[in-house]
Amino acid sequence: MLRGVFLLLLCQLVGEVLARGLSLPAPGPVIGIALLAAGLALWARRRPAADADATDVGKASNALLGSLSLMFVPAGVGVVQYFDLLTAYGVALALALIVSTVLTLLATVGVFLLVKRGSAP
Amino acid sequence: MNWKLWVYLQETPLFWLTATLAAFLIADEFSKAARRHPLVNPVLIAVALVAALLKLSGTPYKIYFDGAQFVHFLLGPATVALGVPLHKNFALVRRNLAPMAAALVVGAVVAILSSVVIGAWAGAPRVALVSLAPKSVTAGVAMAVSEKLGGLPPLTAVLVILTGVIGAVVVTPLMNALRIRDYAARGFAAGLASHGIGTARAFTVNPIAGAFAGIAMGLNAVVTPVLVPLILPWLIR
Repeated sequence: MLRGVFLLLLCQLVGEVLARGLSLPAPGPVIGIALLAAGLALWARRRPAADADATDVGKASNALLGSLSLMFVPAGVGVVQYFDLLTAYGVALALALIVSTVLTLLATVGVFLLVKRGSAP
Repeated sequence: MNWKLWVYLQETPLFWLTATLAAFLIADEFSKAARRHPLVNPVLIAVALVAALLKLSGTPYKIYFDGAQFVHFLLGPATVALGVPLHKNFALVRRNLAPMAAALVVGAVVAILSSVVIGAWAGAPRVALVSLAPKSVTAGVAMAVSEKLGGLPPLTAVLVILTGVIGAVVVTPLMNALRIRDYAARGFAAGLASHGIGTARAFTVNPIAGAFAGIAMGLNAVVTPVLVPLILPWLIR
């Protein structure tokens, strides 16, 4: 478990260093995702039957992802600082969120199905 | 209660860290009692409980965050942890590479473009539009994007959570009404539009939908941070 947490932190740290050092558009943790997935792919090459969930980093990851919802709370509470902004523009923001989410769902599912049918033999 | 004791408690990180976990556990019980109905979202309830406690006690957010930052910090490593499900489903990703790549790019562009255009049309100010743009991506990433471009990360966090709840509520009736039965496509849309909360919803509907939702969330976490800085200057200045 400790080794797994270390690997996650290391991927994030290297991600942050790369993101800032090379001024990449993606944030550090996102580069960390790519580093971790690439590392696991290299690791799995020599062990075709291995299960990533059973590794230290797999256990640590699943434990963290299982409590992902909790981690949004401190940032979410920050809304108390922007209460005026939210009450002033509540309708505009609600409209943007609802319409945009429905449009995104429709566009994504539509393009997925179109391309899948188009590329099927 | 002893006044000095309250002053001590209110200023110690221990108290607000404990309060955050307590609020979440209570909120989670509500969610369980409602059989995980998407409208009874544990994050929203926990945020409301803590915010009410801060208002009642007159505690500034900064003092609260001194304690809660230990939980907040875990968002970074938890985001990196998405690399594990991405790796596990890599074969599935490869088989559906073309539809996923096309849906990913189009979906991510529509998510950013539509939220900013509608928000601007409805009169939201610039700082709210920047905070709104990365709303479909998982909170840790969205907040990083928002901060980098001059938005308000805490506002982004709330908009991200609301987007997740909206997506989770809407996706099943919408897809059923359109008679779409391809669960890979349905799940991919749910994860792309509404990140982890949509993914959790997809898993309760169908396991294949859940897997594709998780992949879409992970891929969008890479694509949206690249797209937002490219699209935003065209929409607002």
